[in-house]
Amino acid sequence: MKCTICIGSSCHLKGSRQIVEQLQYLVKENGLEDKVELGGTFCMGNCVNGVNVTLDDKLYSLTPETTKDFFEKEILSKV
Amino acid sequence: MPAKPLKDRKFDTRVQYLKYQVLREVARYAFEDRLLDVYTEIPKMIVKDKPTMRCCIYKERAIVAERIKLAMGGDKNNPNVIEVIDIACDECPMSGYNVTAACRGCLAHRCEDVCPRGAITVDEHQKAHIDKSKCVECGRCAQVCPYSAIVDEKRPCENACKIKAISMGENGEASIDNDTCISCGACVYQCPFGAIVDKSFILDVVDLIKKSEGNTKYKMYAVIAPSISSQFSYAKLGQVITGIQKLGFFHVVEAALGADMVAYEECKELAEKGFLTSSCCPAFVDYIEKKFPEMKEHISHNLSPAATIAKFIKQTSPGAKVVFIGPCTAKKMEFQKEHVHPYIDSAITFEELQALFDSRDMDINTLEEGVLDNASYYGRIFARSGGLSDAVAQGLKEREIEFDLKAVPCDGIEACRMALLKASKNALKGNFIEGMACTGGCIGGAGCLTHGEKNKADVDKYGMEAYEKTISDAIGMMK
Repeated sequence: MKCTICIGSSCHLKGSRQIVEQLQYLVKENGLEDKVELGGTFCMGNCVNGVNVTLDDKLYSLTPETTKDFFEKEILSKV
Repeated sequence: MPAKPLKDRKFDTRVQYLKYQVLREVARYAFEDRLLDVYTEIPKMIVKDKPTMRCCIYKERAIVAERIKLAMGGDKNNPNVIEVIDIACDECPMSGYNVTAACRGCLAHRCEDVCPRGAITVDEHQKAHIDKSKCVECGRCAQVCPYSAIVDEKRPCENACKIKAISMGENGEASIDNDTCISCGACVYQCPFGAIVDKSFILDVVDLIKKSEGNTKYKMYAVIAPSISSQFSYAKLGQVITGIQKLGFFHVVEAALGADMVAYEECKELAEKGFLTSSCCPAFVDYIEKKFPEMKEHISHNLSPAATIAKFIKQTSPGAKVVFIGPCTAKKMEFQKEHVHPYIDSAITFEELQALFDSRDMDINTLEEGVLDNASYYGRIFARSGGLSDAVAQGLKEREIEFDLKAVPCDGIEACRMALLKASKNALKGNFIEGMACTGGCIGGAGCLTHGEKNKADVDKYGMEAYEKTISDAIGMMK
């Protein structure tokens, strides 16, 4: 599973680093390093709805507060 | 150029304005796919019916035609990105040390006494004269004259070139020694006749923009140097970012994030090796390679910040095209190097960015404000002398590396030369040379629209505004 977080300026200011850090922590805590590949990219062309995150090409809109829910619902339950 | 007060102008000098007009028109017709039909007409559009600069409109137009060639990439057989327009060179008749009218005809004749070659004689009015056939330009006479009546009259280009790459050619025109030149552009900015010019790659950039078909064929990324904070003072930075996107770029990324990445790695490399020179400034690196080859092994192995972030962009967005936009003419030389070209597709200056905006008749003052925020304070202050050393110190602290940093920030190529000379003789009191070829750092770059005293303060302010306060935070999301 490939999870890409937008690290463009707009998403950065909305907290993409905090989301990256949470996801890095959660992936490690759940021992999913082999199954989930985390990555960043500059801008997904959808700045208004940032922070943008894609999971195998499906687009999600996150905030640092909703990241844990997203991880449990979309990643943990599906790996 | 319209006689606007300096503060309301986009450029420091009329020479820059003239160069800009040419770039703007070349870009305009390139965007309209009409350049090949129209380019021979551009001189007449810029030089109308009366001469304003030279003897006649025909010479003015001939020189504009040469400027157009440079705007279109210049002489393909000349590997240097800096070129002389022979017919624009005024062949300044400067002849070294001369006695001026300030000579009072004193009795002491210190000048005569100090001259090691007996080149100075004193006439019946006690006034000094220099015999040019004997003078070796040592300058001692000028130093001892109590009236400062002896001055060193040098051509502005030769005076600007502290590494002595410029001399007088056979016919009196300026001539650049490519084996010595480091493409810093100091002469470009200083020549009052605009006879020395950096080649432009704007046509390549226009072509890349057009062929991307609105970022559908591939995505265009602009990597922008932190010295932007001292430029485009007539608009807001966010508006400049929107303007770049409106030109056809998909996204704008700070080169300063590459600087954060460099600082993070460079401090470790420094601690391991014990002595290092920076690798950020391409003119400084070129200078070491040409004049201090024995010091080459001490150059940091990091790519420059621009190349570092460009590499990251290409890794995360395969197929992307990256254009560097900055204050630097030497970047035009750097991006063509084998180890950089895979990452940076082209490089233009702030002057050329202004020309691109205006070629699309874009008033960036009226645009909404975009955002630009990738890097930390430390990455952003790379733009001014001393910033890189501060960032390396911060990197050591954040990574908890025990190393007694003794940084030697070198402001301008002369300071670089002194430090390298000492280091090559093991006499340098320091273990890290921060080399910046331009005085003041990148904010003094030849491709800047304006050079002002406030520029350093502007960069520091921009640094303070960064969302991320530490290097580790800025690069945290890239690992």
